[in-house]
Amino acid sequence: MLHYMEQAKRSAPSDDGNELTFANVSRRNLLQAGTAGFAVAAFANPAEAFIKYPVGGTAMPNGLKYDPKIFVSIDPDGTVNIIAHRSEMGTGSRTSLPMVLADEMGADWARVKIIQAEGDEPKYGNQDTDGSRSMRHHIQSMRQMGASVRHMLASAAAKKWGVEPSAVKVGVHEVTSGSNKAGFGDLAADAMSLEVPKFEDLSFRSEKDFRYIGKGNVPMVDLHDITTGKAIYGADVMLPGMKVAVIARPPAVGEEPAKVDDSAAKAVPGVISVESLPITVMPAKFSPLGGIAVIAEHTAAAIKGRDALKIEWKKGPHSNYNSAAFTAEMRKTAAEPGKVLRKEGDMAGAMKDASKTFAREYSQAHMAHAMMEPPVAVADVKADSAEIWAPVQSPFGARQDIAKALNIPIEKVKVNVTLLGGGFGRKSKCDYAIEAALLSQKTKQPVKVQWTREDDIKHSFYHTTSVERIEVGLDDAGKVNAMRFNSVAPSILTTFAPDSGHQFFIENGMGHVDMPFQVPNLSIENGKAMAHTRIGWFRAVSNIPRAWAVQSFASELAHELGKDEKDMLLELIGSDRKLEPAAQGFPKDFWDYGETYAEYPIDTARLKNVLNLAAEKAGWGKTLPKGEGLGLAVHRSFVTYVASAVRVKIVDGKIRVPEVHQAIDCGYAANPERIRSQMEGAAVMGMTLALYSGVTFENGAAQQGNFDTYEMVRSDNFPETVHTHIVENPFSVHASGVGEPGVPPIPPAIANAVFNATGKRLRDLPFGDEI
Amino acid sequence: MAKMKVNGTDQTFEAEGDTPLLWALRDLAGLTGTKYGCGTGLCGACTVHVNGEAVRSCITPLSDVEGKEVTTIEGLSGDGNHPVQQSWRELNVPQCGFCQAGQIMQAADLLKKNPKPSEAEILDAMSGNVCRCGCYQRIIAAVRHASTGA
Repeated sequence: MLHYMEQAKRSAPSDDGNELTFANVSRRNLLQAGTAGFAVAAFANPAEAFIKYPVGGTAMPNGLKYDPKIFVSIDPDGTVNIIAHRSEMGTGSRTSLPMVLADEMGADWARVKIIQAEGDEPKYGNQDTDGSRSMRHHIQSMRQMGASVRHMLASAAAKKWGVEPSAVKVGVHEVTSGSNKAGFGDLAADAMSLEVPKFEDLSFRSEKDFRYIGKGNVPMVDLHDITTGKAIYGADVMLPGMKVAVIARPPAVGEEPAKVDDSAAKAVPGVISVESLPITVMPAKFSPLGGIAVIAEHTAAAIKGRDALKIEWKKGPHSNYNSAAFTAEMRKTAAEPGKVLRKEGDMAGAMKDASKTFAREYSQAHMAHAMMEPPVAVADVKADSAEIWAPVQSPFGARQDIAKALNIPIEKVKVNVTLLGGGFGRKSKCDYAIEAALLSQKTKQPVKVQWTREDDIKHSFYHTTSVERIEVGLDDAGKVNAMRFNSVAPSILTTFAPDSGHQFFIENGMGHVDMPFQVPNLSIENGKAMAHTRIGWFRAVSNIPRAWAVQSFASELAHELGKDEKDMLLELIGSDRKLEPAAQGFPKDFWDYGETYAEYPIDTARLKNVLNLAAEKAGWGKTLPKGEGLGLAVHRSFVTYVASAVRVKIVDGKIRVPEVHQAIDCGYAANPERIRSQMEGAAVMGMTLALYSGVTFENGAAQQGNFDTYEMVRSDNFPETVHTHIVENPFSVHASGVGEPGVPPIPPAIANAVFNATGKRLRDLPFGDEI
Repeated sequence: MAKMKVNGTDQTFEAEGDTPLLWALRDLAGLTGTKYGCGTGLCGACTVHVNGEAVRSCITPLSDVEGKEVTTIEGLSGDGNHPVQQSWRELNVPQCGFCQAGQIMQAADLLKKNPKPSEAEILDAMSGNVCRCGCYQRIIAAVRHASTGA
């Protein structure tokens, strides 16, 4: 997220159409690409196969890299080693990005080996794996590097055989010309010593000739290891002489230990020492919360020792945080005028003249990510160097933070990335890796810091809590003529900067100022709310409360006016058009997920298309048995369009979800198989957050701790059949986000379905599983 | 100290009797395929077999396992090709993969006792295993596939 902020500074939209230059390649010479230089047989018409477009990745810290000599090496036996530079947390990027490179290159996937990059952005380009950006930002650079290696192999073969490059054919893992034939391994040394061709001189594979890209036929590279217990996650790293630390952190952020009795802890067999870590309070970026660490020979002793600590905590600045009272306050704030972020027409005037007004508000509790692998990290810090092994989403960001915390030059700090047992945004914040590094430095031995599940739920960087209020004014014809949309929520920015009480442009861009309804008089507002716990991003971030509010409201309005819900949504979205931020009063700092708006505009035709698709597949309009209901929701996030149609069935007073249809338009679908798995998983996570995910606070302390009080959807009640419908697009329709956009429409679609099944309207997340 | 067989090999753990089997397997025997997810038997990530029965190793003290036979994901089959493991791969079940060893051990236990479970029996048997990525649809399909080939 910090990266987003730095990126936004650098790519602030200009007044002349938000154009970004892209590696000094203009549109014009892109169109000519492939006719210049030599053409490799079987790659005809490359300009149509791949017209490069600007993408936000170039403006990220350390940008995108295009050097195949960094990302690819070929062994003499033909093994193609490809670097995976993004973190794998379950989306499949560790497979899918190398797959793109391998396909364009002509490599046989069975002979590809994946090597995980350490945290080194100057070398690999941006590695911050969040924001649903891996494929969106890197598909082009992967194709370019794959094509580069293919050309280098062809050039090496042509030189070796004394033929024209145009007479050389690159097949699957081999190069031929007439009777000459060589494997990739035979040509590797010569090929990889050649200069890397310029983009303009490359030819690209036609989409019809893709073997892996767009096919969904490549299993995850770690599939075998995962099913046999060999895959290595953070806690699976074991070093000689390594000790394990478990930490007692302050119940409320910023509370200092007043009195510590560690005698019982030290008496636990296996406990070695008790150490203290300095207490921090936000804004402290990703600095650890601090507390008392128990270091032991193994994890069981460390947990037992930690639990035996007797600590009295002094009240801190946030020890009075009571989330129930706070929500009540946010409701009051939401009803008042907020800071106006986007203004179109005259909302107040039109509201006064309205023949009817209608207002509703929707709330959401804090949430913890609860990835199955709680935070964990291993550090081995020496006098002037450090090596870390950790499941981190941003390995270079972690390396920077760790170097700073240890006061060791970054060149002397190495961060190795393990597999992540889930991330969901929590593992973008590397506090746990800093803890391990500090404790290793302090005790001069390798240390693993293991968080328990209770630690994870009680000491998170929580998803914000919010109240969203929507008011509309209708004209005599029953059309919405005015709308006020006020969002009140503590901001993520409070992790990084003093709290102004207001959300910032990234949060504002997530379903708030970019709200797509065609309403002539519109006021998008943000009311003040201060943060009293650490706020961080959670899969889909602010899109969750915004989709929750807007999509629930559209359903409520339809019922109020006696209209069909789908027709109501289509009416509110309005005509087919691309929203015009400048003409429609968007704020100057409008953030389109870090992309240039011209390349990724808000396209209502695509939004309506996924809505119609999901509705049609779900059989919208059909009569359902008593106790069942269908619900719809549609939302654009991470520059992707997703609609959910959810069928709910009430069984013995419990909400069950027998069927979900997810329609997604994510531009070019590079790996449909993993897109489907993300949509299926999003339906489950969406159902969990709708029914169960609420972390509440009393006296500053989180009240939930484990899966008994912070429940998860399980196989006894889950979205039993999730059908994913992927809108087919050619490569020219830019690939967009997949990991997050499937989540936001699910909670409102469930609530809308519950209403249609029972007549009961749910407006507060989580709403429980009983009705 | 506790003695037992782990994946067919004699194993002696020099640890307190109340040490959870999970941590002995991971930290002392180096068998890291079995995962920690909750420590209280609520998520199933730590599922192993003790004398052929699926148990949550995070709430099973070593003293309860004395003289027994423990099987972990590493020992479920010699070559990693137990029908459940194969089925998991055929259906591309995992996302992050962290909970999958526990899921597989639970499924293998179910199918051993009940080779042709009904849909309801599968859902019930797997309901103690949490998957935060939400792979349930494929998990259930993979258990069915391993059972019937369908």
